[in-house]
Amino acid sequence: MALEFSDKSEDKFNEIVARYPDTHAALLPVLLLAQSEFGWVSVEVMDYVATRLNLNPAKVLSTATFYTMYNKQPVGKCHIQVCTTLSCALNRGYELLELFEDRLEINVGETTHDYGYTLSEVECLAACGTAPMFQVTWSDGEIEYFEDIDPDKIDGVLEKLNARLSDLPDTRRMH
Amino acid sequence: MEEKYLSRHFGIDKAYNLDVYEQQGGYSTLPKAFAMDTDAIIAEMKKSNLRGRGGAGFPTGVKWGFMPRDSDVEKYLVVNADEGEPGTFKDRMIMELDPHRLIEGCVMTAWALGLRTGYIFVRGELQLAIRRLEVAIKQAYEKGYLGKNVLGKGLDFDLYVHSSAGAYICGEETGLIEGLEGKPGQPRMKPPFPAIVGVFNKPTLVNNVETIAAVPFILEHGGEHWASMGIERNGGPKLYGLSGHINKPGVYEAPSGITVRELLERFGGGMREGSDLKAFIPGGSSCAVLLPESLDAQMGFETLREAGSSMGTGCITFMDQTTCMVRLSARLAHFYHHESCGQCTPCREGTGWAYKVLNAIEAGQGTPDDLALIQDMITGIAGNTICAHGDSLVIPVRSYIEKFGQEFEDHVQNKRCPFPRWRKMRNTQRMSA
Ligand SMILES: Cc1cc2nc3c(=O)[nH]c(=O)nc-3n(C[C@H](O)[C@H](O)[C@H](O)COP(=O)(O)O)c2cc1C
Ligand code: FES
Repeated sequence: MALEFSDKSEDKFNEIVARYPDTHAALLPVLLLAQSEFGWVSVEVMDYVATRLNLNPAKVLSTATFYTMYNKQPVGKCHIQVCTTLSCALNRGYELLELFEDRLEINVGETTHDYGYTLSEVECLAACGTAPMFQVTWSDGEIEYFEDIDPDKIDGVLEKLNARLSDLPDTRRMH
Repeated sequence: MEEKYLSRHFGIDKAYNLDVYEQQGGYSTLPKAFAMDTDAIIAEMKKSNLRGRGGAGFPTGVKWGFMPRDSDVEKYLVVNADEGEPGTFKDRMIMELDPHRLIEGCVMTAWALGLRTGYIFVRGELQLAIRRLEVAIKQAYEKGYLGKNVLGKGLDFDLYVHSSAGAYICGEETGLIEGLEGKPGQPRMKPPFPAIVGVFNKPTLVNNVETIAAVPFILEHGGEHWASMGIERNGGPKLYGLSGHINKPGVYEAPSGITVRELLERFGGGMREGSDLKAFIPGGSSCAVLLPESLDAQMGFETLREAGSSMGTGCITFMDQTTCMVRLSARLAHFYHHESCGQCTPCREGTGWAYKVLNAIEAGQGTPDDLALIQDMITGIAGNTICAHGDSLVIPVRSYIEKFGQEFEDHVQNKRCPFPRWRKMRNTQRMSA
């Protein structure tokens, strides 16, 4: 089936496009909008965005592959992104990452079989004063920061994340 | 306790809402600003000695003076809210807790320089900041602080939030402009500078969040007052983000020129129990590392240069004796490699090689020639690239080797790292490549 924005996204799309003197400039926020609607940025999604913004698909591809927040394949409903850069590295950030690997039984960079979780290592997220920290991108596009995490309490953290999973869409089936 | 400016509202409940902001006196300086002309405002900005808070420290009043004066040309304001320099977490506070302050600063800047459109370029991960700004902008439109004929003074000014999508290099001002145009954030050659050819090929003022947030105070109290809260050529209070192995990490406001020691002891609560200060980075990961002997250095662009480093973003990372400087430099090389936009070969390849060699030394697989090899490699990056991203690795790596050379040599000689691991359960020191 051909892709189409929901009415809500369509409103947001129009609002975004109106901010700029040309449609190319709307590409970054529109791709994020498309990702929250369609789960991930497939070639099909890029083509749809290209059509909507009247851009050459090659331009959309070059931007979509440059920025790290666009997922070029489906990810888990809960995408855990652990910062390990500077202050987080000094404050048990790697341990936190490792504990997630252990509990989720995946390596960093992987997704659980049921597409519940993806685990990534990311660079400084401007939360260095509350290190260690991780960020979650939920499959509906919501982003949540979890700061000042005590790695020893990882199981409690995971329980909280688990509790939200059932309400969220599976990115593989969002388009 | 000094009076608070930039952080005045941080402890006030819901100061991100317009009514609370107004109750606190917000937007009340606009009429005063609107009674001043371009020359008068630029003169106050120059007098204030405000230096750009994005890291380079360019005098803000001077930069404003570069903007063309023609009134019929479309000119843009772009606020740099891409905050990504490792160790830096101050702009986020302003956007989340006091977004109207930034908006008020934008309106004044637009008035001063005849700008009709502004974009706040926020890194996409900061969704809360983006939401707070979007709501605040909507409130400001409803109250007539934005839009057509602001306060009936004939200023037409539209302000938008532009969410980016994860690319550190978009913090560099011309990478930022590319990102705002929807393209990969590959920095442009300068000149021409953005003030002449910026976004959509029009004159563009690019300033950091904290820089613009200072404008309402400067115009309210006058440039001289701002300058008095600082030292020579460095005016005004600023936000210092303190992190690392300290007791009370956080964002604190203090005057320019305060010493690192005072920040650490009075605000940061000192080093943690059992932690001795081994080194600190004064303004984000691209600054040279300093030793405890430099604790009395003053936070200012010239003073920190004299101390052998730089002011950068003014967010300081403190490290204790358990920190391996080889590992840290490898980790930073990984960062700069990962975030290189790829258009200049010395940066793209050099940062990657530096990471590989530093990581090998850390893993106990270094050879005696490796240190010279690294020096060679980073010399090839310095000054040979379009933007300063490559230099941002060269400067710290050189400083780690210079100040902690023995640590590097010991790693090579003993074929192991003597410091506690960052990873506990696995035996491998894996930094995903
Ligand atoms: C690699 C690189 C990354 C940068 N990142 C940021 C950033 O995240 N935020 C910022 O305000 N300035 C950043 N800058 C500095 C900007 O290029 C520019 O100097 C600044 O936005 C100007 O504003 P100011 O004069 O108010 O500081 C960066 C520069 C470089 C070379
Ligand atoms: S180092 Fe982790 S948020 Fe900055």
